[in-house]
Order: sequence, then C-alpha cells, then structure tokens
Amino acid sequence: MIYDFLYNLTGSSVLAGFLIALLPLFAFILPFALFAVLLERKVAGHIQDRLGPMRVGYHGILQTIADIIKLVQKEDIIAKENDKLFFNIAPVLTFVGSYAAFAVIPFSSIFLGAKIDLGIFYIIAVTGLVVAGILMAGWASNNKYSLLGAMRSAAQIISYEIPTILVVLSIVMMTGTMSLFDLSENQTGYFWNWYILGGPSMSLQKFLLIPFMLIGFLIIYISTLAEVNRTPFDIPEAESELVSGYHTEYSGMKFAMFFLAEYANMFAVSAIVATMFFGGYQSPFGYLGNSLNMSWLIPLEQFFWFIFKGIFFVFVQMWLRWTLPRLRVDQLMAASWKYLIPIAFVNLLIIGFITLI
Amino acid sequence: MSIKTEEMVLNMGPQHPSTHGVLRLELTLDGEIITKVVPHIGYLHRCFEKHCEVMTYPQVIPYTDRMDYLAAMGNELGYVIGVEKLLGIQVPERVEYIRVIMAELQRIASHLVAIGTYGADIGAFTPFLYCFRDRERILNLFEITCGARLLYNYIWIGGLSHDLHPDFVRLTKEFIREFKPNLKELNNLLTFNKIFIDRTANVGILPLETAINFGITGPMLRASGLKWDLRKDDTYSVYDKFDFEIPVGSGKMGTVGDSWDRYYVRVLEMEESIKIIEQAIAQLPDGDVTSAIPKKIKPPVGHIYSRVENPRGELGYFIVSDGSTSPFRVKVRAPSFVNLQIMDELCRGHLVADVIAILGSVDIVLGEVDR
Amino acid sequence: MKSFEEISELLKNNFSDIQFEFHPEAKFEPYILVPANKIDTVCLFLRDNNDLYFDSLINLSAVDDFNGNKIKDPQGNEIMQGGTMSIYYHLESIKFRHKLLVKVIVDRDNPSVNSVTSIWNCANWHEREAFDLFGINFNNHPDLRRILMPYDWEFGHPLKKDYQNPEFYQGMRVPY
Repeated sequence: MIYDFLYNLTGSSVLAGFLIALLPLFAFILPFALFAVLLERKVAGHIQDRLGPMRVGYHGILQTIADIIKLVQKEDIIAKENDKLFFNIAPVLTFVGSYAAFAVIPFSSIFLGAKIDLGIFYIIAVTGLVVAGILMAGWASNNKYSLLGAMRSAAQIISYEIPTILVVLSIVMMTGTMSLFDLSENQTGYFWNWYILGGPSMSLQKFLLIPFMLIGFLIIYISTLAEVNRTPFDIPEAESELVSGYHTEYSGMKFAMFFLAEYANMFAVSAIVATMFFGGYQSPFGYLGNSLNMSWLIPLEQFFWFIFKGIFFVFVQMWLRWTLPRLRVDQLMAASWKYLIPIAFVNLLIIGFITLI
Repeated sequence: MSIKTEEMVLNMGPQHPSTHGVLRLELTLDGEIITKVVPHIGYLHRCFEKHCEVMTYPQVIPYTDRMDYLAAMGNELGYVIGVEKLLGIQVPERVEYIRVIMAELQRIASHLVAIGTYGADIGAFTPFLYCFRDRERILNLFEITCGARLLYNYIWIGGLSHDLHPDFVRLTKEFIREFKPNLKELNNLLTFNKIFIDRTANVGILPLETAINFGITGPMLRASGLKWDLRKDDTYSVYDKFDFEIPVGSGKMGTVGDSWDRYYVRVLEMEESIKIIEQAIAQLPDGDVTSAIPKKIKPPVGHIYSRVENPRGELGYFIVSDGSTSPFRVKVRAPSFVNLQIMDELCRGHLVADVIAILGSVDIVLGEVDR
Repeated sequence: MKSFEEISELLKNNFSDIQFEFHPEAKFEPYILVPANKIDTVCLFLRDNNDLYFDSLINLSAVDDFNGNKIKDPQGNEIMQGGTMSIYYHLESIKFRHKLLVKVIVDRDNPSVNSVTSIWNCANWHEREAFDLFGINFNNHPDLRRILMPYDWEFGHPLKKDYQNPEFYQGMRVPY
C-alpha cells in the first residue's frame, strides 16, 4: 500500500499520513477539476452544434488555466453587512465536505487514503458538511434571494439523501461490508462479477438480483445528481427565477472554491456509484499485467479503469445537464418523497428477501 | 391565537436574464403564491410617434423596423400598406409575392427566437442554440437580399428597395429542405419532453372570453381556442392566393389556453409558414419591383387604420394625414403592449417559478411595448 | 355582417336623445361622432346588443387636432389655446366580422371623457397612454397614471403639438 511505501520512505507516520492526505488533492483532484471544467464546456459545445473553447492551447486545452488565472487576480468583494466569519468559512466548509469523501475511495488496490471499515457511512456523514456550508453561504450573503436559494438547496440535498441511503443500505445488506475497499475487492474477475449484474457468486440469487440492482443503480444515480445540484435539479445554482443562488455574492478565489467543490463532488459521487455497482477499479476484461506477467502493471491498470469509469459517469451527468430542462421546486420535492423513496424502500425489502435465499 | 402574516413585495427588476428586455414586474407574494403582478414599462420609450411627425413618409420606415426588432418585415409591411391605401396606389404582383415571402420568413425567425428563449428560461439550454442556428440561415437569406440581417428598410412605399438576388430562390429551397427535419428534432427534444410539459401544461390558463375582452391577438388568442388570423379573416396583400391552415390550441397536454398550447401553436405556425413560402416561390411572377414607387408622397387629408398579422399578434397603424409630406399622427397598436396587460390575470395563484414560464409564453418584445 | 348604414340605423333608433353625426362619406373609413359624455353608454350598447356584438376594442388613439389659436406664453414659446382633441375607437365584432370607427371630440384645454375600461379591459393601458401623452382625463378609470413617461414627469404631456422639453429633469440635462 502506498501508506507503507511512504512510511518506509520518510520514517515518520505523521509525515506519511500528511503526504497521503495531500496526494489525492494535488495528484488527482486539482488536475481533474481543471480537466472537468474544460470537458463540460466542450461537451456543451458539441451537443449544441458548436465547438466550445478553441483558442487557448490546441483546441482550447489550456482554457481552464486561463480561467484560474483570471479568478485568482479578481478583487475579493465583501459587502459591509455580511457576517464576515461565516462568509469566509462557507466555501472552505463546502470544499472540505466534498473533498473529505476521497479519503476512503479506493483509486486502485494499493492507493487508499484510509482503510477503515465504515467507508460508505463515513462518506454519507461527511457530505453533510456541504449542506452546512451552503446554508452559511446563503445566510452570510445578507441577501434575501441568496437565502432563498440556499434554503431550497439545503432542502433538496436533504430530501435526496434518503433514497441514496436506502440504496446504499441494500448494497450493504447484500454484501455484508461497508468498506468501499472490500466492495471493490469482492467484484474481482470479469465484468459479470460486478454488482450491477448480481454479484460474484454464480447462483440463483445472482440472477434474481439483476433487475433490482438495476433499479437501485438508477435511483442512486438520480439522487446523487440532485445532491450535487446538477440539472435537472439545479434550481439553486442556475440563473434561476430571481436569483443566482447561494453563491451570488462571492467573487474571485472563494467562487473558485465553490466551483472546485462542485466538480470534486461530481467525481466523488460518480466514483461511489462506480465502486458500488460497476466494480470500482476492477477491469472488465482481465489484466494485461497478468497475461504479460508484469505484476507491477496491475495497480496502474486498475487506476486507469477507475478513472475511466469515474469520468464516464461524470460525462453522463454533463450530457444530462445540456439535454433536459429544469424541474420546478415542488416537482423536485415530489419526485423525491413521492416516487424515489417508496421505490427505493420496496427495492430494499426485495433485495433483503433475495439475499436470504 | 393566529399567526400574523404579511405579503411580501418582490421586484423582478429591469435588468433580469429572463424578462426579455427592460421590464419591471412587481410581484406581491403570499409565501410562494402570487397575489398580484404589476408590470412597469417605459424603460425603452424612444418617442417613435412624436418622431414620425417631423419626418417624411418614406423616412419613417427604418424607424418602424426598430419597434419590434425581431419581426421587422412585418412592421414595415403594416405601415406601407396603410400609406399605399391612403395614396391609392396599386403595387405590381411580384412585389406582393416577395413581401409575403419575406414576412413569412420573418415569422419563422421570430418564432424560433420565441421558442429558443422559452426553452432557455425553463432550463433547457440546447434547443436555444439549435433554434438560433436555423435562424442564422434565415438571416443570411435576408442579408443577400437587402444587406441587413435584423433591421432592413426593405419594404418601401409602392414597392421594394431591391429585387431578389438571383440565388435567393435556390437558397430558400435549400433552407426549407434542411429545416423540416430540424423542426422534427426540436419537437422530440423540447415539445414532448416530460419535464417541459410538467413545467408548462396547466400553467397560466387563459379562457377565451377573457382573451377577447382584453384584446389579445396572435398566437395567444389562437391557443385559447379561437381560429382568428388576420391573414385569413381580414386579408391583405396576396394571402388569399395561398392554401394554409390556422393552428388552434387544443388542450392536448393540459387545458386549452395554457402555456404549452401557446408554445405549440407557435411551433405549428412555423410549419404553416413553410407551406406558404413554398407556394409563393412556385407562383412568383416576373416584374419590376421599383416601378410603382411614387416620386413625391403626399397623401390626401384623411385617416386610416391598417393592420397586419405579426408573429406576436395584430400590429396596427393608425395614420392621420393632413395633406403634407409628413404624417400628422401615427399611432401604433403594438401587440405586445396589449398582450402584456394579461400578466396580472394569468399569474394569480401560481408560484413564483411559473411567472417566468407565463411571461415566456406571452412572448413580448420591449421595443414595441414602449415604442 | 352589418354595413355602416345598418349600424347607424340601430344606433339612431336606440338612442333617440343623443346627437350622433354619421360620416359615411369619409374617404377611407366611415365613422360615427358621439358626444363625449355619452361614450360609455353607447359603447355598452354596442358591446351587448345581440345584432352588433362588438366584443373587441382593437385600438384607442388620441389625436391632437391643433386647431385653436396660436398665442405666445410668458416665456415666449408658442402655445395653443382652445381647439379640440379627438379620440378614435376602433371596434370589431369577432362573431359577425364587422368593424366600426367611433370618434369623440373633446376640448383641448381640459380634455375629459368617460372611460370604457369597464366595458373592454383592453382599454386600460390605451387610456393610460392617452392620459400620459396627451393629458386626457378618463373618468372612472381604475388606475389612471403615467405609463411610458417616468411616474414623476411633471412637465406636461409630450405628444401635444406645442410641447416643450424641460431643461433639467432630476439633475440631468434634457435637450442634448
């Protein structure tokens, strides 16, 4: 594991821990956020029959760097009436909430931030900080409309956590473990061992589970779409009816932190969905390293597959954003409470029964 | 013990991404439900009517373009028809046919903007760009004819400023051939999209009696169930030579006269306009477009009211002449000005989010509301 | 569909006490001249009568006839005293497809006429515009205030022929 490697390298557990905490951030999330902003604009452009950014770099690759430079040199405007403490903390809290989830997501079989038994439970608990950050941002902006947007966003996130948790519960019930690392390890083999196709055991149980796993996947994908405030659930952040949402009053680096948090969150939920249903870092076809007898290649391949699956689900999220219109607030709540929760609940019961067979 | 509640007044100010211009809507809310809407206009008042009194009759034409800048051909046509009736001149047939082709192309362009921006307000960003891509091709057609994309000064009193470009007919046929599948794609993407229907059906229902009493005209009136179109019911130019249908709202997805009906009537009208253009191109006669333009325009004393069917409703010009070369008074009956009065009636009892959906379906252009 | 003569007959028979003036010979549009204080009763009749049924007011325009005496006011500007203004009502019946033009003449110095907003709601903003630009006072209008000019414009009514622009409005120089 990377932790052991770093421990041996530095000789101090504190330093190793520190480095491994920083590693996902600098090696992965920041470059990913840069890449994701560009991906979004290119995907949007091509769906809308135009090209997207083309001038900065070859076909616009360096566009995000130009955007970051612009945001960094902007004036940080704080209105006089704002509650300074909360105003400054809110973006940090939102970012921390999204980023802390990466500690327990296995990027590959050797790269895991913290191997704890409560993986998914920890993620769900820590993403609750995002709600606190959003409410703080809305309140501290001292703007009637920001507060309205923030409250709607908080209501939306809280409502859609429940179907998420119900589906997670069904997976936990089926596999008996909450650790994402164990979940990924269980799905080893080829793609028919993935949970979306029933699980690693070849039995009647596996085939019975397939339709319900599919339903569970759809429910959790939709719910996590709502949790990260993406269309069709982007009431809080699009130029909605009256306001620009809870981050109206932010400028410069703080605004950049909200943005970074959003893309990090998108990848985090995509990664969770991929890990729970699609095999995490496992390859669908077997490893090149095995067939070529180079066992050091395997973790790299796993890393590649994990990134590929994560980015694929992020791409689908972007695709949905530019295709569908937006739901109204009451329709959004109705979708969660009246449709998703009952279906998720029934799904849970059925999966429970099947597991007992 | 009862809770004291107060109504909140919220301002959708003159600068707002969804109000299609500088319009101020003062909403009085009870929680999230609207109790009163008061529109405040006048932010774009450019004194068109006062200005007409110091210009000569031909000089007024570029200013009529600028009122409803998204449907400029229709504006010019209305004014020119009025002055030609005052002068008593008859224009060559070729001129009439070309005017009809231009007006119908303009109708398609204007409805594309209405549909695209409506989708963008609801949250679907992609149809907006698809509509504008098709509109670019229409604007290219206008550009090769008269040199301008948006404000033309093309239809003159007694004729036109330029004859058609030699490539115009071929390019128009190409445009029509490529536009028909795009219209189908737009329907699949937006019109029959479940989320879009949920946002617009049964929102802002306009009963027919109210609509007639408030003087509503255009697609809004037709969506409430009445088959009333000035091109058929008070025919002008050569519209009586063409065979086309008048689409009427039928309450397919909700009730008759809701926002989805108003939107769908516009989509169907685009198909009808294509039919008219195809027939006009097939029947286009030869002739000289500038032969009937008089040297000196001095109508006799009198007054006339001429009206055309603009994409937004009935556009009327009340021209009073006192025998000189400048009009004595020109009053413009702008469709958006009259249609905007209905906002208070339509929005009562709806949520704040629906105001945008309703305003988008009324389809106003502030240029002609304020003139 | 009724012709102008038939409509005139119906009006004459129903309102024997009102002095109408019929102008069928007017070159482009025949019109009926109605006295200013009776316009709302006549319009109510026009809307509700089963043979006429004018359920739609297409247009309401005010015109400054500028036919009074030109005099000079204390500042040396040329203004007009006396004279008339006209208000034209274009009516249409959607059911029967006939149209009618009704004209009202009011004094230019203190123009005042009854409002028809209670009959056709369409007239609401048209009358507000006539008030704003010409100064015509509509009695019984639910909400008579300026519509196109700013609400606190106190320098007169712009579309009158002898209107002069003020020098300053709220500190901004007006003629530029």
